[in-house]
Amino acid sequence: MNHQISTVSDAKALAAIQEDLRQTPPGDEASIADAARARRRRRRIQVQAARVAAVIVIVGGWQLFTALKVVDPFFFGQPTGIAHQLVDWVQNGTPYGSLWLQIEVTMKEALGGFVYGTLAGIVLGVLLGQVPFLADVLGPFIKVLNAVPRIVLGSIFVVWLGFGPTSKILLASVLVFFVVFFNAFQGVREVDRNLLANVRVLGASRSQVIRDVVLPSAVVWIIASLHVAFGFAIIGAIVGEFLGSQEGLGLLISYSQNHFLPDGIFTAMLIIAVIALTAEGLISQLEKRLLSWRPGTHVETAGL
Amino acid sequence: MTPISQTPTGAAREAAGALPAPHAATRAAGANEAQERSRIEIVGVTKRFVSPTGTAMTALRDVSFSVEPGQFCAVVGPTGCGKSTTLTMVAGLERPSAGVVRVGGQAVDGIADHMSFMFQSDALLPWKSVLQNVALGPRFRGVPKSEALAKAREWIRVVGLSGFEDHHPHQLSGGMRKRATLAASLISEPSILLMDEPFGALDVQTKAIMSNELLTLWERTRPSVLFITHDLEEAVALADRVVVMTAGPGTVKAVYDIDLPRPRGAVQEIRFEPRFLELHQQIWESLREEVERAYARTGRTTETRGGRQ
Repeated sequence: MNHQISTVSDAKALAAIQEDLRQTPPGDEASIADAARARRRRRRIQVQAARVAAVIVIVGGWQLFTALKVVDPFFFGQPTGIAHQLVDWVQNGTPYGSLWLQIEVTMKEALGGFVYGTLAGIVLGVLLGQVPFLADVLGPFIKVLNAVPRIVLGSIFVVWLGFGPTSKILLASVLVFFVVFFNAFQGVREVDRNLLANVRVLGASRSQVIRDVVLPSAVVWIIASLHVAFGFAIIGAIVGEFLGSQEGLGLLISYSQNHFLPDGIFTAMLIIAVIALTAEGLISQLEKRLLSWRPGTHVETAGL
Repeated sequence: MTPISQTPTGAAREAAGALPAPHAATRAAGANEAQERSRIEIVGVTKRFVSPTGTAMTALRDVSFSVEPGQFCAVVGPTGCGKSTTLTMVAGLERPSAGVVRVGGQAVDGIADHMSFMFQSDALLPWKSVLQNVALGPRFRGVPKSEALAKAREWIRVVGLSGFEDHHPHQLSGGMRKRATLAASLISEPSILLMDEPFGALDVQTKAIMSNELLTLWERTRPSVLFITHDLEEAVALADRVVVMTAGPGTVKAVYDIDLPRPRGAVQEIRFEPRFLELHQQIWESLREEVERAYARTGRTTETRGGRQ
């Protein structure tokens, strides 16, 4: 082996390996596992530390530069200003009522849009995936609708349905629908032909085929789309509120914009980010539950 | 008739004493009726496919042969000769362009409920446990859940998978997945078993073990078997009758009856019997031409697996 050590880094690597070997007597599985665990823990700590450092640099830098007036806090806001704004809204309420009410309204709109859009997307996706004739007929129409920048539909929905939450729910569900629909449709079409032939020979009826084969195998695709879809649901709700509403986080942003309050915009952004992350976590949990039959990922099995 | 050592593997031996009983009853009661149901006749079948660009391709031309009730019939032929297409038509998944496939004297016009189909890739549903997968057939046919599950447990034991009922397919080895598939195919006690290179993806040792198990189980219930393979040794070791097909469009080139005595015992050992070698040699003479023709047609591609024998 010695002749391969040509560079300093090779020599170092070898020294590290020898060090490892000294620490872990060969053949002793327990100590090998211990060493691997220690290595993993060390790495986890390093990653966390780097993350904290990144936050400190970004937020601290922002605070520092605005405090030194290198960057004008009037336009760019300030981390402390955002914190003050948040405390103020929590304690004294917003111009449109309590902060909790704003959050509740936006959440209701986003969730409503998410649920309706997802259901419609799954039903139509599975239907069109199962009935090629329908897919061929409706295909071009769906493509055209998908090509329209759907945000502008928000305006027409406000005209039709007024300033209440219904117009926002509709806008959010339209945005969600297309994401889920295309995935469900594709998922249904990607079902393993072998599995289909097999359950048909085993005597499955059409509804049994859909329940036991088509849906479970499309779930992988549908779940993947839900991560993106919830983001779209929030966009739909917020933009709907921009376009005309009486309450909600979107209205708060719009108010802050009109009153030149960058801290207000950032505060609302922060709240929305927390909501989105929570939803993302819940969707990941759902994904884990529904897809527990799948082989473990490399992250879980790799290690030693 | 040279004595052949009989070494069924553990699971199959265990199964010998414990197979679900109804077979004996059905066989005694309506022996003739049950037998007739399992006769397969393929008469003058031609199958053409039309590609999306509109060109027609003939996969099978005027294929005729039959499988007697309770017979184990293997079909060999070069890759792309339409072996699998023949099988899907017997199963009722596809219809012949001309000619007729009759099962039990009746033309096939849909999926029959006394047939099982075993594919090369294991067609287990990855989101269901082994137990649920094996119970699928009875569940689809309306057997109450508890009854279907009990029966599935029984068959899982028969194929030697006890203890793995709650595992998902991805947690099993290739051989174990085949066992599960075998249980899922046999649980409905089919009178016809269609197998499309069922052990093609297995390693040599596992393939031999699975072949032995298949023979042991088959010899107990005796469904008619139509077994597609490109492995001539496997065909001769397992079958009563070997059908050789020509390079595409496939037609029947020759039919050989295999007069090796049953029970055959271990497939690894029968390969050294003089009679086995004689038959193998004879059929290979016939098959080789077709393999070479198929190989020449596909040119320099290395995908022609038929050339391996």
